[in-house]
Amino acid sequence: MTPRGPDSRPLRRLRALRVPALLSAQHAPLAATVGVLIALFAACAIAFPGFLSPGVARNLLVGNAVLGLVCVGMTFVIISGGIDLSVGAAIGFASILVASLVQQGWHPLPAFGVALAIGTAGGAATGALIHRFALPPFLVTLAGMFCYRGCALMVSERSITIRHPFHRTLSEWASGPVPPAVVLFVVVALAGWIVARWTRFGRDAHALGGGEESARLMGVRVGRVKVSVYAISGLCAALAGVAATLTTGAGNATAGHLYELDAIAAVVIGGTPLAGGAGSILGTVAGVLIFGLIQEAMPHAGVTNSWWFRIAVGGLLLAFVLLQRGLEGGRGR
Amino acid sequence: MRDAARAALRAFGRAAPAAVAVGLLLAFNAAYTPGFFDLTTVEGRLAGSMVDVLNRGAVVVLLALGMALVIATGGVDLSVGAVMAIAGATAATLAARHGVNAWSAIAAAVAVGAAAGAFNGALVAGAGVQPIVATLVLMVAGRGAAQLLTGGQIVTFNDPVLNFLDAGFVAGAPMPVLIAAAALACSLLLSRGTALGLFIEAAGDNERAARLAGVRVRAVKASAYVLCGLAAAIAGLLAASDIRAADANNAGLYLELDAILAAVLGGTSLRGGRFSLAGAALGALFIQGLTTTLYLHDVSPNATLIVKAAAVLAVCLAASERVRAWIKIRSRP
Amino acid sequence: MGDAPPLLEARGLVKVYPGVRALDGADFSLRAGEIHALMGENGAGKSTLVKALTGAVPPDAGEVRLGGRVVRPRTPVEAQTLGISTVYQEVNLAPNLSLAENLLLGRQPRRFGLIDRRAVRRRAEELMARLGVRADVGRPLGSLPIAVQQMAAIARALDLDARVLILDEPTSSLDADETARLFGVVRGLAARGIGVVFITHFIGQVYDLCARVTVMRNGRAVAVRDARALPSLELVALMLGVSIDEARAIGGTHARAGSSADPALRSRGLRRGRVGPIDLDLRRGGALGLAGLLGSGRTETARMIAGADRPEGGRVEIDGRGVRPGSPRRAIAAGIALCPEDRKADAIVPGLSVRENIALAVQARRGWWRPIGRRGQRAIAERFVRSLRIATPGVEKPAGELSGGNQQKVVLARWLAVEPRVLLLDEPTRGIDVGAKAEIERLVGDLCARGVAMLFISSEIEEVVRVCDRVLVLRDGRAAGELSGGGVTVESVMRLIAGEGERA
Repeated sequence: MTPRGPDSRPLRRLRALRVPALLSAQHAPLAATVGVLIALFAACAIAFPGFLSPGVARNLLVGNAVLGLVCVGMTFVIISGGIDLSVGAAIGFASILVASLVQQGWHPLPAFGVALAIGTAGGAATGALIHRFALPPFLVTLAGMFCYRGCALMVSERSITIRHPFHRTLSEWASGPVPPAVVLFVVVALAGWIVARWTRFGRDAHALGGGEESARLMGVRVGRVKVSVYAISGLCAALAGVAATLTTGAGNATAGHLYELDAIAAVVIGGTPLAGGAGSILGTVAGVLIFGLIQEAMPHAGVTNSWWFRIAVGGLLLAFVLLQRGLEGGRGR
Repeated sequence: MRDAARAALRAFGRAAPAAVAVGLLLAFNAAYTPGFFDLTTVEGRLAGSMVDVLNRGAVVVLLALGMALVIATGGVDLSVGAVMAIAGATAATLAARHGVNAWSAIAAAVAVGAAAGAFNGALVAGAGVQPIVATLVLMVAGRGAAQLLTGGQIVTFNDPVLNFLDAGFVAGAPMPVLIAAAALACSLLLSRGTALGLFIEAAGDNERAARLAGVRVRAVKASAYVLCGLAAAIAGLLAASDIRAADANNAGLYLELDAILAAVLGGTSLRGGRFSLAGAALGALFIQGLTTTLYLHDVSPNATLIVKAAAVLAVCLAASERVRAWIKIRSRP
Repeated sequence: MGDAPPLLEARGLVKVYPGVRALDGADFSLRAGEIHALMGENGAGKSTLVKALTGAVPPDAGEVRLGGRVVRPRTPVEAQTLGISTVYQEVNLAPNLSLAENLLLGRQPRRFGLIDRRAVRRRAEELMARLGVRADVGRPLGSLPIAVQQMAAIARALDLDARVLILDEPTSSLDADETARLFGVVRGLAARGIGVVFITHFIGQVYDLCARVTVMRNGRAVAVRDARALPSLELVALMLGVSIDEARAIGGTHARAGSSADPALRSRGLRRGRVGPIDLDLRRGGALGLAGLLGSGRTETARMIAGADRPEGGRVEIDGRGVRPGSPRRAIAAGIALCPEDRKADAIVPGLSVRENIALAVQARRGWWRPIGRRGQRAIAERFVRSLRIATPGVEKPAGELSGGNQQKVVLARWLAVEPRVLLLDEPTRGIDVGAKAEIERLVGDLCARGVAMLFISSEIEEVVRVCDRVLVLRDGRAAGELSGGGVTVESVMRLIAGEGERA
């Protein structure tokens, strides 16, 4: 009597219970993330007097703008079914490149331009290699990571302070109420959200994550989409590197150290399964904010040791991974 | 007889790229690095560039052995670096702060490694979580756990047994080399002397067929992760012994990537199935040899990273089916 | 009607793969507004024909005409643009996107450069309404029942101005109501002038829905008939390549001497999905044949007995003791061995050598700490290489490099090595040369003489009749009847398959 679709049985029962649409399996991961974010925020606001201050909110955003930028790009890649391990090293490369160019007399803006162009081109090349030769993204972007890190360290092993009036002006904004890094993050996140939800390209990327063969049969230009998502990731990583220089006033080859892991963790916590096909920029932003909240909350709680942060993130990651697995299992994937 | 010879050839064939790479490296050094092959004894202990490579490469050899087994089951273990840190921290804090005798400290560290592996195995084989994400949890949280153990400090110790692990030597051969060799021997015995290797290869190559043939696929996969954790723990002890301290932050940093590269270079396919432990060891030695050679030629270590990137890409391309097909088409008359 | 050029026509299509002529001068013709059934057993060439029509695989020779004009689509997407759309058995849409998005992927209406989501929803609802299907277009496609997913695929094809719609086994996962609804939709499409190619193995549905039937065998179309003028027995005969007169001439085999009456294995009430409930007994020293068309449930039954799939109901007993369902290990421990139908997916481990493949099940039963050792494995492997005449330069050759027939022998060897009490053979002679087939049939006889209880599944009815002393015929997932002793004849089996007496 009941239909034999491979996925329908548990969800039929769910529908029979008339569970509100918002909590259906499709929205559950995002709902869980936002729920955790709100709960965490509420807990902090209650537990720590003075948590609800603009200063805290500002720290939250500034401290994670760089990570957030990288996460936007990473979200696209993961949605399309891939992964990009090179973003952390790309941040360092972009940051030291900008600093080095400015040191040699360049104006910051064209220096930014070069960094962004290289980041985008590098990403596109990665995507092209992965598609053309059907290489595993894990290994190719791993090579990219080695490459970026090597190049960055070759430019300079020590950090380079950026001394340029234009850059100083920007950095002064950084200590003001609206830091440029945060503005950048907000703009890019918004743009990413729009592209992911409201452009044909964004929907094609989702379709690709749902199954490459099926996407191809539906007319999705798989090669173009793949190259584009990696190019976006490269662009976002370069932007993040630029933002890092704005925040710290210097370029450093080791900037972005291990950020690729944090980015993957934030994206997964944000509700995007690593297998691809689902997820949202909103979720990623929530994931990044959760990161930031935990970091902010710890000193308030008297926890000055950074290791609790790592453990907390690991625990959250575990919880969300199991949650996703549980939902997947119900869907019979 | 010819058949057995062909089988040996095929097994060697898997490790051939790594052997060739090592061979090329040795040839290069023979030609361009004066004194590379010199062996001297310093206070009864063998010394020289060759010895150096074997000595420093021991850690990655250990990691590569475990990683080859995991990759053969179709997975990957990103947490080995973090497990190294945890193991080192366990032994160091037990010995230095709690006065536990060295052997028990070592045993505890090894047990912790096995437990970490069991955790990964439970997630992958039990809960069906994707290996990258599953091992990412420990990779993120593991260092936090290690720092928790050390209290955020670098815990130094000065125990004769623990120190011996790295500094000691037997009949001139440095201990790390002996430990790595012993690990290679044990893992060969375990995988080829029992049916475990056969089961791992079957489960990685065609999981459905293996299951229908009666292989306990889940147990086999989980055991690969446990063995990998064990190897990582031993590597962590070596690393700690090297600096006579447990550095939770830096122990094993980025080594998981070297281990994956070594295993893949050694002939273990990322898709799962056939593996080669000897090849993985050779691959690890190649990576270390490369680093040492470049160092001896005053090449900045940053260039090593770029060479590693090229190596990863070369290995991927060589293994890619599409590239093989393309070559076949080109070579047809 | 007969003078208008056919809407879709294939003439003399040839496609050769190494070692096999998948298409050997295949012809096909489809009229506008017609629902045309395409049938054939495994290896007949159905799927290759479809791939040639839809551009997935270019034919080596022959031509395809659409509306009289020659077309040569190089990809399925090109074929879609020409007007030939396919709805695949696995649907092949994006399960993670909503139904609406799937319908309009790549063609979403836009406003100021951005997708107009409300317009997408509206258009999707229109398209589904055109088919008479009500569904929540906002839900992810994967969360909807397969029947609805198929409708979505059809709706998408319609929106792409399909003139020809190919439905590949659409009813395999549908229940009776959903099938009826699908038929209604398909009839509506035909009424609009769209030509529908209906690929199926359900004979009843063919007569319900289709005007003409093309039967393929060995890469060619062996018959094109009007469904109303084709008795089902003749249809079955065409599909299996048996002439009815010949069928009458092949008599039944003698009851096996020494086949004891009490069953070694009993299964009661086994069911899973569309298949079941199935009751069958396997007697020690006897061979039970399981006959039926593709999709009748034979493989599913064997897999349930062997623990490869977990049944939703029913039980299996060996010598009176129950066997825990769903575990191949427990089945093997109880003495049940299954030689599976799909050797590539379920049996052959391509990277391992012939020796390791053959010894695998025996080793798995012993556990990891009691290795047979290389020498022991060699001995086992070489014994079977000799007795089954497996063509390989040596036992160290990777099994994936052997030809299909020899791979089949390797799999057989694996399960013979286990010395089971109950042996289930699912299409053991598929892809094997004639000489080897005879050997395998002799082997079955030997095993029976040694007291093994056998289940023998084959699409070749003569083979089943020759080898087995009893035959259970399955149709549409249920038992259609059992024959034994002298009643086991090709004709009687075919009649049961065809459901003779229930349909003209």
